[in-house]
Amino acid sequence: MGKFHDRILALAVAIGLIVSAAGFAHAGPYEDALEKLTTDDYADTADAVTAVATSGNSLAAPLIAALQDGRLQFSAKDKKVFIKTADDKLIDAATGKPADGAVPDDLDTVRVNNRLRGVIDAANGALTLMAPDAAKRYESAQAVFKSRDAAVLPAVEKALEAEKIPRVKKVLTEARAAILLGAEDTTPADKVAAINIIRDRGDQDSLALIEGLPADTPAEVRAAAAAASAKIQRNLALWNTVQNLWYGLSLGSVLLLAAIGLAITFGVMGVINMAHGEMVMLGAYVTYVVQDVIRTSYPGLFDYSLAIALPLAFLFSAAVGIAIERSVIRFLYGRPLETLLATWGISLVLQQAVRVAFGPTNKEVGNPSWMSGAFDLGGILITYNRMWIILFTAIVFAALLAMLRFTRLGLEMRAVTQNRQMAAAVGIRTARIDALTFGLGSGIAGLAGVALSQIDNVSPNLGQGYIIDSFMVVVFGGVGNLWGTLVGALTLGIANKFLEPFAGAVLAKIAILVFIILFIQKRPRGMFALKGRAIEA
Amino acid sequence: MMTAHPLIRLLDRGSTLFLVLLAAFAIAIPVSNLLMPEGSALHVSTYFVALFGKYVCYGLLALSIDLIWGYVGILSLGHGAFFALGGYAMGMYLMRQIGTRGVYANPILPDFMVFLNWSELPFFWYGFNSFAYAMLMVLLVPGLLAFVFGWFAFRSRVTGVYLSIITQAMTYALLLGFFRNNFGFGGNNGLTDFKDILGFNVQAEGTRNALLVMSCLALAVCFLICRAIVTSKFGKVLIGIRDAESRTRFLGYRVEAYKLFVFTVSACMAGVAGALYVPQVGIINPGEFAPGNSIEAVIWVAVGGRGTLTGAVLGAFVVNYAKTFFTSGALAPYWLFMLGGLFIGTTLFLPRGIIGTYNNWRAGQADKAEAKAAGDGAASPAQPSAAE
Repeated sequence: MGKFHDRILALAVAIGLIVSAAGFAHAGPYEDALEKLTTDDYADTADAVTAVATSGNSLAAPLIAALQDGRLQFSAKDKKVFIKTADDKLIDAATGKPADGAVPDDLDTVRVNNRLRGVIDAANGALTLMAPDAAKRYESAQAVFKSRDAAVLPAVEKALEAEKIPRVKKVLTEARAAILLGAEDTTPADKVAAINIIRDRGDQDSLALIEGLPADTPAEVRAAAAAASAKIQRNLALWNTVQNLWYGLSLGSVLLLAAIGLAITFGVMGVINMAHGEMVMLGAYVTYVVQDVIRTSYPGLFDYSLAIALPLAFLFSAAVGIAIERSVIRFLYGRPLETLLATWGISLVLQQAVRVAFGPTNKEVGNPSWMSGAFDLGGILITYNRMWIILFTAIVFAALLAMLRFTRLGLEMRAVTQNRQMAAAVGIRTARIDALTFGLGSGIAGLAGVALSQIDNVSPNLGQGYIIDSFMVVVFGGVGNLWGTLVGALTLGIANKFLEPFAGAVLAKIAILVFIILFIQKRPRGMFALKGRAIEA
Repeated sequence: MMTAHPLIRLLDRGSTLFLVLLAAFAIAIPVSNLLMPEGSALHVSTYFVALFGKYVCYGLLALSIDLIWGYVGILSLGHGAFFALGGYAMGMYLMRQIGTRGVYANPILPDFMVFLNWSELPFFWYGFNSFAYAMLMVLLVPGLLAFVFGWFAFRSRVTGVYLSIITQAMTYALLLGFFRNNFGFGGNNGLTDFKDILGFNVQAEGTRNALLVMSCLALAVCFLICRAIVTSKFGKVLIGIRDAESRTRFLGYRVEAYKLFVFTVSACMAGVAGALYVPQVGIINPGEFAPGNSIEAVIWVAVGGRGTLTGAVLGAFVVNYAKTFFTSGALAPYWLFMLGGLFIGTTLFLPRGIIGTYNNWRAGQADKAEAKAAGDGAASPAQPSAAE
């Protein structure tokens, strides 16, 4: 019964609100405002705009839109205002009915200057505070919080009363607090309350608001502001750390994705594959080709383009990798420096082949709908593409570990890594394992290419940008150890992002390179080095 | 053989031939360019003089790489950095020589600093108005970097591909740094618009020929230094390090000291090459630090024949001539295929390079001749030996 009673009460309040709002509309501020629009005076127009916006009249929105577009006409003689529609018809702004016949002959456009444009924007904000779409209300409440235009206060308070969605209501409360804090006639107690509300919001804008209090603020308010500002700063520092961690994780996962294939070819086989970056690049171009085919032939499949591209990129890069291993690298085993030079040559050939086939310019690779956009998590913005790439990297890494651990091929690969002669002696065909290992490393590079096509420019030079970083990761993490590669990639990614705010992106990168050069002096075989004599070979 | 006069050891047949050829070019090209009338069959264009001068500088860079790669087994993928640093030192001298003739006519500050609104010269630009100081820096800056880098690297026994990768990281870091405007080296655009060197106009034909002769001279001197190093007892230890580093260390040699010395000498030579290169091409920019350039220089050595010194220079000439030939015509898109193919083909089919393969072939011929001579001796047992 109690519940039912509450509902009736809520309904009654709502009806009361609507009625009062409707009654308010006819009471006159809108009509008064219209008159002010006919004086051809900027100050009057500004007052009128604010009054119109807060009037709640259904014609307010079209009127302000017309003013903004220079379609609002007035007659000084008749004290009448007309909205000119897009198809050049005149509508009486007082009644909303077409103004047929009774058009005055001294019609003129209501002029707008820069200050007025600001007022109009604020008025639009106030208008959308009452919009039926909750997302729009939320946006406009945020806009009011930032503009904190005192003129919108009545509109905010009205919207606050009508608002039911907590998320929007919270922002409206904050917007109201922001306005109250800035207003001169607010009592110190109210100001302290406002500060507390703004403090709980806790973002950069709140901090600016609280720190921007004028010098003549009463002492108690200032004390509250100082406390709030300290709290916000702590809060922001925390979120800043979280954000750096997130960006670092994101960069680290990209590095890991690019380096993990290298970790296999370099770590397991000891082959320096300078063409590894080009395997990544080929994977990205496979994505491009897949999307191109989908765009022209099966537009409906676009959201699945990456899922289609993944196996194709893996197979294609793996096939190219195996071809390289069979045709060049197998003749160079045991001569790492020569391998390095030969694979560099291969990378030049592959780059140029792609340049000749696809042209030197960047290719457009689109994000499927589920990869575009972003969402807020606390104080940070998380983009879907970065999030998916982190997840994807984790999956690839886990799959690779599982493959090495649980499959026959993985077992044989580990055997060959540990002792090539002994592996051959127990009947493992090491040449076949070499080719497959190289194919696997290259195929994973192809997968990385699909992911990187989503966040980087797809051009023939794509791989070049990752090769040095990838080597750094592998060398830093320790050769022949996938966990080392994981730790290396994440460490370097996060360190890079934490250095960036102090040093800038380029210096951060230089610092990391210098750090690795020094680190290698200390631990020439990386963080997680293989122990034993095998490494001397 | 062991008792041969040091000078004979220094100048074997190939080396003598190389020096004679180099001297011939250094004399013939300026004579032909300056004294022969234009249009004569014997006249070479000033463009060719500059081009040849450039090749000589590349040859010197290749020589410096061969010294460490061919004889000590250190594959540096960052030697372009030393080359570029030498070039920048020379470029800074040339920038200071512009004086009031720059766009902004500032007597002290180079144009790019005026453009960046700098009010005074950064301290590291002090002294570069003196040629002697600049030349000292050409040797000192790459040498010092190599010394510090090598000291760290060799002491902790970073070898093989690890060393290659960190040298590449070194040049990459420098590339990123020199691209920055506030680094004080002209950022992206580098240093250019040079006017004169030691009072002579860098664009003038006479200066160009003089620079060519200087380059040839520098190459000859560096070549002799390299020969002196590799033919000495010191050089034998280097080869020992190349072939069996641990064994050499166990024999009591301080491997890292040997490596450090040669690495530093090699970096100084690369710096000299860069310093001679800059006035001849008229610009130095961060692009010279690109890792790709350093690797390309390594392939010159590989093509010519590593561990032969003359081969490195020959390789630099051959590959760069091919590059000029291919990139200036309709074949331009195929140059990278060529270069890539060169990398692959050389390592697979010509691992000893042109000179190395030739030497092998000659050694084979000599062996055959010897075997034949020995065979002839064995075929006539009836003839009693004189000793008996």
